[in-house]
Amino acid sequence: MKEFWRNFRRNRGAVVGLAVLLLVLLLAVLAPVLFPGSPWDMAGMPFAPPGEMGMLLGTDSLGRDVAAGIAHGARVSLLVGAVSTVAALAIGVSLGAVAGYLGGVADDVVMRFTEFFQTIPSFVLAILLVAIFTPSIGSIVFAIAVVSWPPVARVVRAEFLSLRSREFVQAAEVLGKSRLSIVVGDILPNALSPIVVLSSLMVASAILLESALSFLGLGDPNMMSWGFLIGSGRSVIRMAWWMSVFPGIAIFLTVLSLNLVGEGLSDALNPRLARNRGGKA
Amino acid sequence: MTRLLTVDSLTVALPPGADRPHAVEDLSLHLDAGEILCVVGESGSGKSITANTVMGLLPKTLKVKSGRITFEGEDVLGLSAEALRSRRGRRMAMVFQEPMTALNPLMKVGDQIAEALAVHGRAAEARARVPELLAAVNLPDPAAIARMHPFRLSGGQRQRVMIAMALALEPALLIADEPTTALDVTTQMQILRLIREIQSRKGMGVMFITHDFGVVAEIADRVAVMQHGRIVEQGPAAQVLNAPRHPYTRALIAAVPHGAAPERAPIRPMPVLSLKGVTKTYQRGGWFGARATVKAIHDADFTLNKGETLGLVGESGSGKSTLARCVVRLVEPEAGEILFHGKDLRPLSRQGWLPYRRRIQMVFQDPYASLNPRRRVGDAIMEGPVTHGVSVEEARQRALDLLRLVRLDPSAMERFPHEFSGGQRQRIGLARALAMQPELLIADEPVSALDVSVQAQVLDLLAEIRQRLGLTMLFITHDLRVAAQICDRIAVMQRGAIVEQGPTAEVFGAPRHAYTRALLDSIPGRGWTPPVLTPA
Amino acid sequence: MELSRLPAFLLARAVKAAVVILAIVVCNFFLIHAAPGDPASIIAGQSGAADAKFLAQLRAQFGLDQPLYVQLWLYLKGVLTLDLGFSHRQQVSVAALLLDRLPATLLLTGAAFVFAISVGVAMGALAARRVGTWGDSIITILALTFYATPLFWVGLMLVLLFSVALEWLPSFGMASVGVELHGIAAVLDVAKHLLLPGLTLGLFYVAVYARLSRATMLEVADQDFVKTARAKGVPEGRILRRHILRNALLPVITFAGIQAGQLIGGSILVETVFAWPGIGRLAFEALLARDYQVLLGVFFCTSVMVVLFNLITDLLYAIVDPRVEVAR
Repeated sequence: MKEFWRNFRRNRGAVVGLAVLLLVLLLAVLAPVLFPGSPWDMAGMPFAPPGEMGMLLGTDSLGRDVAAGIAHGARVSLLVGAVSTVAALAIGVSLGAVAGYLGGVADDVVMRFTEFFQTIPSFVLAILLVAIFTPSIGSIVFAIAVVSWPPVARVVRAEFLSLRSREFVQAAEVLGKSRLSIVVGDILPNALSPIVVLSSLMVASAILLESALSFLGLGDPNMMSWGFLIGSGRSVIRMAWWMSVFPGIAIFLTVLSLNLVGEGLSDALNPRLARNRGGKA
Repeated sequence: MTRLLTVDSLTVALPPGADRPHAVEDLSLHLDAGEILCVVGESGSGKSITANTVMGLLPKTLKVKSGRITFEGEDVLGLSAEALRSRRGRRMAMVFQEPMTALNPLMKVGDQIAEALAVHGRAAEARARVPELLAAVNLPDPAAIARMHPFRLSGGQRQRVMIAMALALEPALLIADEPTTALDVTTQMQILRLIREIQSRKGMGVMFITHDFGVVAEIADRVAVMQHGRIVEQGPAAQVLNAPRHPYTRALIAAVPHGAAPERAPIRPMPVLSLKGVTKTYQRGGWFGARATVKAIHDADFTLNKGETLGLVGESGSGKSTLARCVVRLVEPEAGEILFHGKDLRPLSRQGWLPYRRRIQMVFQDPYASLNPRRRVGDAIMEGPVTHGVSVEEARQRALDLLRLVRLDPSAMERFPHEFSGGQRQRIGLARALAMQPELLIADEPVSALDVSVQAQVLDLLAEIRQRLGLTMLFITHDLRVAAQICDRIAVMQRGAIVEQGPTAEVFGAPRHAYTRALLDSIPGRGWTPPVLTPA
Repeated sequence: MELSRLPAFLLARAVKAAVVILAIVVCNFFLIHAAPGDPASIIAGQSGAADAKFLAQLRAQFGLDQPLYVQLWLYLKGVLTLDLGFSHRQQVSVAALLLDRLPATLLLTGAAFVFAISVGVAMGALAARRVGTWGDSIITILALTFYATPLFWVGLMLVLLFSVALEWLPSFGMASVGVELHGIAAVLDVAKHLLLPGLTLGLFYVAVYARLSRATMLEVADQDFVKTARAKGVPEGRILRRHILRNALLPVITFAGIQAGQLIGGSILVETVFAWPGIGRLAFEALLARDYQVLLGVFFCTSVMVVLFNLITDLLYAIVDPRVEVAR
């Protein structure tokens, strides 16, 4: 653990990313304290530019505080990112594990299924799913999970396939351990690092997906979100640039920091690879 | 004789944080035209780095600190990058260890040889020279081979292509970096003969890097022995091989498997394991296109008696490892009987197999892959017995006893595998197998991934434990010298079948099958009997 | 692969593609039935505007009172004859709508793809060549930035900069409104309109390809055969072109195939931002009107595009890499 942290710290970008991420988390937790009341309520004059009338980041066409929207939107973004990633991991890890450990026909079937989901345009499917099941936080999480599990399944399958033929797994087999205890005790712990790295990137892309859905008007109508803010600012961009600029920056910083953390995790979990990566530690 | 290459007190620095400051330290050697110099040493001794420095191919992280390299009268270290490039391939050429990855997978082999000619301004000759060169390295149908991509060729064929490419511009110096290590013995012998023959015909100087004293005996005119980046002994081959002076050389030569089986008490025939008609076929290919079936095992009947060690020898792909894996059900054969004390194990379910897991255990080849990197050594040894209902306290005591038996400190219990060397890990793997108190031990190439000196230690330990515990053992190896040293009986496998079996002395002394004879003829340095040395 | 085996390979891939397309149609069918509510009203467009007579007509057409497998069969038969249904809202058949919008989308995604792959691979190669220098760092940072920015927001920011602030480029549509242009002038007009959306859609994939090709170039440069080339005296420039780049392109081709679906997904957002009259814009309009028949048509059409594109990348890969066998 200490060594892990030391390797992680060596990647400066990752440390900055982690700091930004913690700030966003803090913002999300403190949103009701910093901006009490609903972010949907009118807080000032419509179209107030940033800095005027006590509005740090300005107001929108209905006089709603953009800063309050961003703070409350952080909750939705992080929540959707985390929950849908967990769901996608659950699908991807179990399918990948079955395919990789059992091999043969099971592998064939699962991989064809995965390939199918990887071929179809995922964003279009996500739109379709949310539209048909009516927009809500539940249907959004469901749609994101459905379109983002295939890479997990592929990675887990590849890891399992290579670990299954490793000699220490064969040794466990020869010792007479049960299948379950081999998968859980010998294979999974050694397949964990790519899964951890992948999941940080998945949270990032889930946040991007959620913002894109709510930008198109498919967000949960009861919850303020970053994509919705940008979407509502789109038609009035010539009058009120701040309405779309600031939420975009919030998305950018969050997604960037998640990607940086992902790289740091990857370096820390595979120190050998990191050192080989072109001389620069 | 003309002096071709002189290396004068060369020192190459390792990057900071390595286990020693210099990869190569104060190294001096020379090579004349028309001679073969073998540079011998164990892994990490700096022999490859020496070769790469001469070629000007050092990775950027390594820097020459001091010294001089003179090749054909020119100071190599003083040459510009371009001048060095124009000499590489033309005046000095190199052959590498891994034929499987040393050729560009997307380029036809003929084009790769032609490229060597083209970059030195002789593209016009390529059409005529490429088939000539391929013929010169004894490849059949050179015109057809030239049009093939590397993946269609075997390892031996690829190494021949590499040699043809190296010889394309008739260089004065050929550096061969472990060129036969990745090859099977019979192929190794063919390549060694080829290098020797071409070298004497062209009068090249060859710097041959190897870890194998058998290969040295086969090919060297002179020998330089390296340890920790320094040359510890240098001299004519006959002298270094038969009367080594430096303690390290003496230790290395003493560790070479000597091939002589010690006298053993005769075995009373009491079958523990017999295999009858075991067959395993693999199918390749998918839903479209031709489906190829490969018979991995057929006609491989044998009987193993109590207290006996049977050596299963053969080249890669002969099916010896698959056969061993059938015995422990890591591979499921589709036909035949696997009789253990008269009980057929093949039809048993996973559950039905459990009682036999305790009695049949296995030691694996790769010391780096055979231990779970995330499990402590103590837990790894204890988990087998605990799975089979032994109390944790007793398993722990057993593990401690076994660590003592394989000569490891009890503190190893709490440590992780990566803290141990290859030889130590192999001993941990042995302890893990022995913790089950098996009667039959299957050892799959247990020493082939180890350096010679470590190899000798593990072999001695194995022999001692076998004696002490009265184990029955199935020993799989590709190295006939190792087999001769440790086995009571030998079974020779070729393409999935056992072609000859019998007592060790008989099989090696009077081989009946042509393949066995070919194998024996291919043992490198078979004309050399290592001197009996008292450890210095 | 040898060229003589190409037809067999193509046939195998075409069969696979057909199976995927069939599966998508089945998927569409079940989506209609999985949705809460009456399938007929979903087919008609859920907003309640459809009258009872029309719904009854739909029920008969899709056999909604018959068993599920009959319905599936009817649906399949319809799609296979390229009958993708009728948009009640726009009073046009869905197929005609899609066909009308297809060229614009092909132009946009095609331009963005070519831009992304050429600039991305060039940037990646440059970064790998100068690994560890400031040039490498800048390219890496740029790639990270594009990678983390939402597409639609990039579009809006470009509009803000180039259309609102600088007034250099048009911010919406595919051609100038109210002007009749012909020949070169018309082409230039479309090109001017294409610039911003193409850039928006392309930038993200520039980042993706730059990162990927940098990583694979570094990996290939470490391989044994590169050392072999160096040992036979091949100059560095030629090693880069003939040995490293060619091998590093293989994963890029594979990735281009995998990314195709996302490129088309991205075009929905970009077309929405720039009012580009393509399939993506159609999807957005259908979304606003809850016109599910059109949405399903968009899903089907974009899927077919991706499958065809994958067929092309597979073929390309097979031609470049001799190791590809017919099976798998």
